[in-house]
Amino acid sequence: MHTGLIVEMAAEGLSDRVAIGAATDGVTYADLLAQAQSAATQIAGSGAQIVAFVGENGLSFPLALFASGLAGCPFAPLNYRLPDVDLRKLLARTAPSLAIVDEAMIPRVLGVEGVTIVSSKNFVAMATSAPEAFEAREPDIAVLLFTSGTTGEPKAAILRHRHLTSYVISTVEFQGSGAEECGIVTVPPYHIAAVSAVLTSVYSGRRIVQLPAFSPEEWVRLVREEKVTHAMLVPTMLGRILDVLENELAGLPSLRAISYGGGRMPAQLIERALARLPHVDFVNAYGLTETSSTISVLDAEDHRAAVASDNPSVRRRLASVGRPIPGLEVSIRTPAQTEAEVGEPGEIWVRGEQVSGEYVGRIAIRSDGWFPTNDCGWMDEDGYLYVDGRLDDVIVRGGENISPGEIEDVLRTHPDVVDVAVIGMPDNDWGERVAAVIVSAGSPDPDALRAWTRSRLRSTKSPEDIYFRNALPYTETGKLLRRTLKQEIALSLEAAGS
Amino acid sequence: MSAYKPGSRWKSAESETEIVVVRPPSTEGMLESGGAPMLPQSADRGPVGAVPEGSEPGALLGKRYADAESGLEVLCSKSGAGALSFTGRALALKEAKKLPSSD
Repeated sequence: MHTGLIVEMAAEGLSDRVAIGAATDGVTYADLLAQAQSAATQIAGSGAQIVAFVGENGLSFPLALFASGLAGCPFAPLNYRLPDVDLRKLLARTAPSLAIVDEAMIPRVLGVEGVTIVSSKNFVAMATSAPEAFEAREPDIAVLLFTSGTTGEPKAAILRHRHLTSYVISTVEFQGSGAEECGIVTVPPYHIAAVSAVLTSVYSGRRIVQLPAFSPEEWVRLVREEKVTHAMLVPTMLGRILDVLENELAGLPSLRAISYGGGRMPAQLIERALARLPHVDFVNAYGLTETSSTISVLDAEDHRAAVASDNPSVRRRLASVGRPIPGLEVSIRTPAQTEAEVGEPGEIWVRGEQVSGEYVGRIAIRSDGWFPTNDCGWMDEDGYLYVDGRLDDVIVRGGENISPGEIEDVLRTHPDVVDVAVIGMPDNDWGERVAAVIVSAGSPDPDALRAWTRSRLRSTKSPEDIYFRNALPYTETGKLLRRTLKQEIALSLEAAGS
Repeated sequence: MSAYKPGSRWKSAESETEIVVVRPPSTEGMLESGGAPMLPQSADRGPVGAVPEGSEPGALLGKRYADAESGLEVLCSKSGAGALSFTGRALALKEAKKLPSSD
């Protein structure tokens, strides 16, 4: 199966329904297919080996995604927020390529060897001409996504057509959405969730409206105007939306479901969201680029049960990412690669047809199909998965493995703590020491914060160093840049001569 | 290799039923609708009847059907009369738990 088939089937069954854009004048499924076929003609005729994409959400994105699929050409949406020099480096890695670039970004990427540039506007405009017969290549690689590079040089994750279509078919009902349903896409095109949102929405027959660049006010306005029923957000976006709603009486009556993921959800934030939007189903989705998006979900019932329960093991599920989706296996592995006990932390391994686990030049999936995710976590007695964070972020203090996430969760419950990151800093005696970087509302006493942690966790988990900052560095999709923070702290220590 | 490649599309010779192969069969065989071999999507076919009034379609839009023995799995992309089978063995409806939207 290939991604082009998804738009072909949508056009046959729901030709006149609006696929992308406003309910009044959006592009129908029939138009989307015709335009994607026309754009595929352009791509096939260009001699490009890869279609690169540098731009915000707009019609050009789904069009380029489907057209690339129809032409059998890998599609590589790039992170336009990178500094020019890094963006150009990524673009150079796609050559020989056709790059679809937003008008305003063209000057930033001109002159990269082997890259032909077409503006997003022209790409869409030219896609209205009648499609001609073209030789499609055997569909193989559907999408190349450069990982955010929070831990080094960006890797190009390979997602083949079989991974993406298997994900879509196994998680979504074909044309199962009602005509009134509408999803809002807020994550940028270079994020796996943006790719999967387009594919699953078109497969299910759910209209999409796109927010070119996220602002909470604009999101609220669009949800009301387009009667949006479904949304996907990263936790930081949800917080900012709730801030906007705080000052308004009007709610979001059309909204039925919000799924969230892409970063740690603070308990206070999800509890606040559940209280402010009681009619909305909240779904926590956990997934990785390398797994074609979602691999486990904490559904709306789980959320409601957790909030209503006095049982601590049910209540804490608000912090879990739920249970694996059907057909996908999850296993927690100890450092010796044996299966961990219930409740015992280890590396999260996954296996299933949607799992690629492959990068350009490196295969991380094992021959038996298991993909070590490099995330660490544990599973409770009912099969709920808890994700502690990246394995690389685990602090090893005197031989003890300490997860920053657990300490952050505790510190975040302190009334004076607005945001917090816990990192390991080099230590001559222990190898690493636990350091907490705190954004505070008042001016909490570091000793009081240590006592707060010590009274709730083992004493070795109490932060030895505490630093205060005005803000923490995040990617725009909500991932904490721990490495950047660590470097910054190390530099400031050096400057202070300690 | 079987003609029933993943992504290949087939239609009933006698009804409006259309399917897409999701998973290929591991054995040779014939994909049938209403007992008659299914035709490639591109094949010419005479006019076909709609599902007779009062009767259930043999294949329902959006549902997946599978043959446990060969591993063949298909997705119905257009409902129509006549049950699906593979070399005479009826394909079973694959019940899928509906997942909440996560993208």
